[in-house]
Amino acid sequence: MRNAVKEVVSGFYSLIVGMRVTIGQFFKPIVTVQYPHETLKIAPRFRGHIELVLDPATGKPKCFACKLCERACPSDCITVEGAKLEGAKKRSVTAYHLDFTKCSLCGSCVEACRDGAIRFSRDYNLAGWSKEDFIMDLFKRLELEAQAASPEKVDGRAVPGLIAAQDAAHQDKTKTDLK
Amino acid sequence: MLKLLSTEPVRLLAFLVGIMAFVGLNAAYLVWVERKGAGRFQRRPGPTEVGYAGLLQPIADAIKLLSKQLIVPQGVDAALFRVAPLLMMAPALMSLAVIPFGPSLAARNINVGLLLIFALGSINVMAIMLGGWSSRNKYAIMSAARVVSQNVAYEIPTLLVVITMIMITGTMNLNEIVRQQAGAFWHWNVFRVWVNPLMPVTFLIFFICMLAETNRAPFDMAEAESELVAGAYTEYSSMGFGVFFMAEYANILLGCSLATVLFLGGWQSPFGILPGVLWFLIKMYFLVFAVVWVRWTFPRTQFYGLLNLSWKLLIPVSLFTLILSSAIMKLY
Repeated sequence: MRNAVKEVVSGFYSLIVGMRVTIGQFFKPIVTVQYPHETLKIAPRFRGHIELVLDPATGKPKCFACKLCERACPSDCITVEGAKLEGAKKRSVTAYHLDFTKCSLCGSCVEACRDGAIRFSRDYNLAGWSKEDFIMDLFKRLELEAQAASPEKVDGRAVPGLIAAQDAAHQDKTKTDLK
Repeated sequence: MLKLLSTEPVRLLAFLVGIMAFVGLNAAYLVWVERKGAGRFQRRPGPTEVGYAGLLQPIADAIKLLSKQLIVPQGVDAALFRVAPLLMMAPALMSLAVIPFGPSLAARNINVGLLLIFALGSINVMAIMLGGWSSRNKYAIMSAARVVSQNVAYEIPTLLVVITMIMITGTMNLNEIVRQQAGAFWHWNVFRVWVNPLMPVTFLIFFICMLAETNRAPFDMAEAESELVAGAYTEYSSMGFGVFFMAEYANILLGCSLATVLFLGGWQSPFGILPGVLWFLIKMYFLVFAVVWVRWTFPRTQFYGLLNLSWKLLIPVSLFTLILSSAIMKLY
């Protein structure tokens, strides 16, 4: 009898303790991040999908279509087209497609690149409506990025500040902090 | 004009519309309170997107439910299947007619108000049972069986507690019960330990039984989603489910109102001054909050644990309080 009463009392006490714990949590600030409205700071070495790098000297992509990345890719998701333009010493890239549906972000392409012409982007907002959205034209993406930075100046010439703009865009995504 | 407004039919019509609006609004917004509360207890904000602080969320949910098809599956007992949600909603609405919200704010101040509430309250079980039975679904039938045994088990301590209260107050008129608790808060039934030293325990038993009768967590055996899909509501879609859902909150509202009236002094103010509707609402919503608080604190009990609690603990204790208070009344 005494044990039964003791059990009921201690059991009830444990319920009260539980209630006290939850009400304590109730008045503490929330811990979840309201994603579309606020984002966490991205780690500096975040590895998103790859992107082309601009050459500071010419304002054009550093890539000269050697296709090492294409060969290094274990999933065959990179397609590079290059051509030798007249007056130029090296070949230059004309199309760079990344099939992100197959990419496993292993980074072999970045390692294989001898010139540092590709790097990991910091893009992580990668939602899309169709599979085709993820077959990315990185060459066009670079042009769009440059246009967004200084729309009226770009017509294929080297534009001062363009590199800085690209770097800024690159850095920007690391800085989106908790509001 | 004033004379017309004060006639009996107009007064009843006003109360009918008022109670339906009150229940509808509460059923909708208690869902919001529940979700907000669940969020806060888990350190997240709850609904935030639809309207300011998610305040339009219940409306969005209602539109979504209304726009869906009400499927009546093949082979179900169509009449019972359709009538079950209504049978659950109607008693809750009808019971609110005798709840005294304020000193003179009760649709019907009848002398057997308490009896009426418990008479109507037992229909509730049958509604879930019919819903589960007519669905022709294994899970629904299991849930129906559980609901019946659960409600039979918990009806007993509830009624024993209520009999204790009737003996102490000597009336079944809810307004009269509230009137007897006039004065500061130690005159409330829950604190009247000189009448019966186990009064707070009695209140606790009533609250636990109320949770079990309304099928609220941790006693939500009726729709134990981890084992029974959605229990008795499995086959219901659209507003069939919506009405069940609203009825659950209407029953919580009724249970908390009744606990307020019986134990917490109804519309009496805790300081003995300015009694009114506001105090009733404050106390009732505090109890509603406690219901949400309990839900997000404790996991669902196992079924034998649920029945053990009733048969081995609540019924003996409530019987003991009944005998104790009758003995004290006889001696003094």
